[in-house]
Amino acid sequence: MTRTAALALGDDALVLSHRLGEWAGHAPVLEEEVALANIALDLLGQARTLLSMAGDEDELAYLREERAFTNTQLTEQPNGDFAHTIARQLYFSVYQHLLYAQLAAGNGPFAPLAAKAVKETAYHRDHAEHWTLRLGDGTEESHRRMQHALDALWRYTGELFEPVEGVAVDWAALREDWLTLVGGTLREATLTLPQGPQGDAWTAGAGRQGIHTEPFGRMLAEMQHLHRSHPGASW
Amino acid sequence: MTTTVPHTATPEAVFDAAVAADERIEPRDWMPDAYRATLVRQIAQHAHSEIIGMQPEANWITRAPSLRRKAILMAKVQDEAGHGLYLYSAAETLGVDREELLDKLHSGRQRYSSIFNYPTLTWADVGAIGWLVDGAAITNQVPLCRCSYGPYARAMVRICKEESFHQRQGYELLLALSRGTEAQHAMAQDAVNRWWWPSLMMFGPPDEQSAHSGQSMAWKIKRHSNDELRQRFVDICVPQAESLGLTLPDPALRWNEERGHYDFGPIDWDEFNEVLRGNGPCNAERLAQRRAAHENGAWVRDAATAYAAKHATAHQEDRA
Repeated sequence: MTRTAALALGDDALVLSHRLGEWAGHAPVLEEEVALANIALDLLGQARTLLSMAGDEDELAYLREERAFTNTQLTEQPNGDFAHTIARQLYFSVYQHLLYAQLAAGNGPFAPLAAKAVKETAYHRDHAEHWTLRLGDGTEESHRRMQHALDALWRYTGELFEPVEGVAVDWAALREDWLTLVGGTLREATLTLPQGPQGDAWTAGAGRQGIHTEPFGRMLAEMQHLHRSHPGASW
Repeated sequence: MTTTVPHTATPEAVFDAAVAADERIEPRDWMPDAYRATLVRQIAQHAHSEIIGMQPEANWITRAPSLRRKAILMAKVQDEAGHGLYLYSAAETLGVDREELLDKLHSGRQRYSSIFNYPTLTWADVGAIGWLVDGAAITNQVPLCRCSYGPYARAMVRICKEESFHQRQGYELLLALSRGTEAQHAMAQDAVNRWWWPSLMMFGPPDEQSAHSGQSMAWKIKRHSNDELRQRFVDICVPQAESLGLTLPDPALRWNEERGHYDFGPIDWDEFNEVLRGNGPCNAERLAQRRAAHENGAWVRDAATAYAAKHATAHQEDRA
């Protein structure tokens, strides 16, 4: 049970960290080179702790195939433009912050990790919320791009609230709080909460069962290529 | 500056006395125009090198072969962006701004270190960059911690600490490969073969051809000549290569008892000049990626500016 849960939460962090790592050298300002790498590193740290709870971190990261990864589809979505990256960050970091706050308050196997991660995710959330405000309430173009990104990624948010076996949180409350927080930020940013309740729309919610979107396989091919080319080698 | 000089002294005399006494020149102090211009050129080029230098290493972030190595590499690339930020701030104390400097980088009017025009073709290149390129950078930069211009010297103290850390990590990466499988060892040797000579070129042209050296040394911006630093670097690297179990690609490399230094073979200055002229393997790609990042990010920067302006207005209205 702990293994299933550690893999689910660990894969989310691993995969999103990888996506953020793709921004290195491409960010719109130098300060964002630092910020995005910083967030990627925090997530990679979380992933390493979680995967180590489930087994050998490198074996799990580099030698599983696509169907064995249990990250949510939201985290594997390609970076797109900066607005897409920020929308993905907003949806995920608010979720992760609420999740870890609950886990940190409990005394389950994830409480020690969550106590540290909740501080990191508070920073990630702050970063995403501030950029949502700047892009939403910035120029006409940035507003349009941000709304488009929020709409495009909305369908991947439903899956975040599917209970994960072994993660002892109140999922219904998590979803409600998430909607309130994200909705509040979007209102302040002059943006509209995307239409359609997540649960009723086609939510593409099978990442936890190892059903992923097409770009994910290519991401893994790149990530795993070198490790797989040298079986048994240590680095 | 705290040197005691008569009230009647000219600004030049005050400046010269401070430099002679090994004191720091600070942003509000008078300084010769040429001193200011040299520092702007050098600090900007240094900042640009940090930013362009992210690219060859970032090239391997998504392919790093273990999570530990991936974390180390991400942290390093993040540090480089941070070093760029310190250095642009140091340059800004001289009356230029970051936008203007970036514009000069993007239009090719200011340079960055020639080394970053070489490609990272294998994972071992990440280690070779850490060991050799960062090693050469440190050899160059440690004396800059005593540079006469205060903001630059202080930036270098922070940067050198982090660079030394990166250099050790690069060495350790190569050591793991060198002691690993046959294929890993070969990968490490190949990377060292490709990065050795370009690293020696990082110290700049030979002393007799170095345009800025004399004046920079007189102003105590530079403390040692290009050739002196290059020799120091070779002397440090040879025993390190031995303990790595790797060879350096120079048949002329041997200990010279008389000089107390290693002799080494001739550097291909034609190659160096071609790279400086923009004809190195990756010059076009590096600049194109940097420009693209800047251009694709324009709407993001515009949004931040527009938001800040609206926000400032809203605050004023609140107060009214």
